[in-house]
Amino acid sequence: MNPRREAWLWMVQRASAAVLAFCVLVHLATMIFAVRGGLSAAEILGRTRGNIAWAAFYGTFVIAVALHAPIGFRAMLGEWFGWRGRSMEMAMILFAALLGALGFRAILGVVS
Amino acid sequence: MSVLQVSVWRGAGDGAYQSYEVPREESQTVLDVVTHIQRHLDATLSYRFACRVGMCGSCAMTVNGVARWTCRTHVSKVAPGGRLEIAPLANLPMVKDLVADMRPFFDKWAAARGSFVPTATRRDPFAAVKPDSPERRAIDTAIECIGCGVCHASCDVVAWRPDYLGPAALNRAYTLVEDSRDGARRERLAAVAGDAGCHACHTHMSCTERCPKQIAPTASIAGLKREVSRALLKGEL
Repeated sequence: MNPRREAWLWMVQRASAAVLAFCVLVHLATMIFAVRGGLSAAEILGRTRGNIAWAAFYGTFVIAVALHAPIGFRAMLGEWFGWRGRSMEMAMILFAALLGALGFRAILGVVS
Repeated sequence: MSVLQVSVWRGAGDGAYQSYEVPREESQTVLDVVTHIQRHLDATLSYRFACRVGMCGSCAMTVNGVARWTCRTHVSKVAPGGRLEIAPLANLPMVKDLVADMRPFFDKWAAARGSFVPTATRRDPFAAVKPDSPERRAIDTAIECIGCGVCHASCDVVAWRPDYLGPAALNRAYTLVEDSRDGARRERLAAVAGDAGCHACHTHMSCTERCPKQIAPTASIAGLKREVSRALLKGEL
């Protein structure tokens, strides 16, 4: 166990949690506000297409998720199943990459 | 005179509970009950105690499912129905009857660098530690630990992963991290950082709930996380 890496991961976990708390609130508030006049694909795309601000917001959201979830999952895998070491670290890096790729693909879909 | 129905763990890991009837006395503690059994009913019962006044930390046992210091635990408080079930501390190997093997517990204190590393010699003047300085006040309660093991036996994370240093060792490490006279801050922070150390704590707070000295090891562990983060950002980890 490398104490520096563990301490960094813990800090990233904490910081991404703070970002997520903010992002989830904005996301939920927007959803509640946006569906007042009915929910349609055209309406969502009308709001997001070409909008750099929403792209930046959801980009931040996706990065926070891609950092936060694998670090938490890593702790669970170690604690519940005893899976630690290089193979688990590699799996978590892939998991983070998958979350990031799926997230950015979705952003690209509604912004471009 | 009423009688207490007492089940006591006998033997080691493959042992079983044995029942005894103990006369109920006024102001009776759980340690009094165990002592009565050993002196009057079964001299082969093994248990550990020393001071009987809550200073030495040697008489902790599991009483009706909860880890407690037995010398300061009144029967009236924990056995209103007149029934007691007494077992050795959880999360530690059993030696015999009510005696738990405390070696893994204190080995963790050593692993967390729980011994003071002096920076001065006996020829130096006395170190002045101001009682009202923030670092001294931060450990006001934490230094009162008597090493009874109640927090270690109550911790879910210790039960899940035996290599976790546990609340007592981390609390001890924190008292030294905040000690201005100590010279091993860096090594100690490196020893307690990580997923077998302070970052494994789930903040369930069972240690804080059960500590007979009203210490909050959870707060000490949070303090360690803070100090580890600070050291990391300064490049001192």
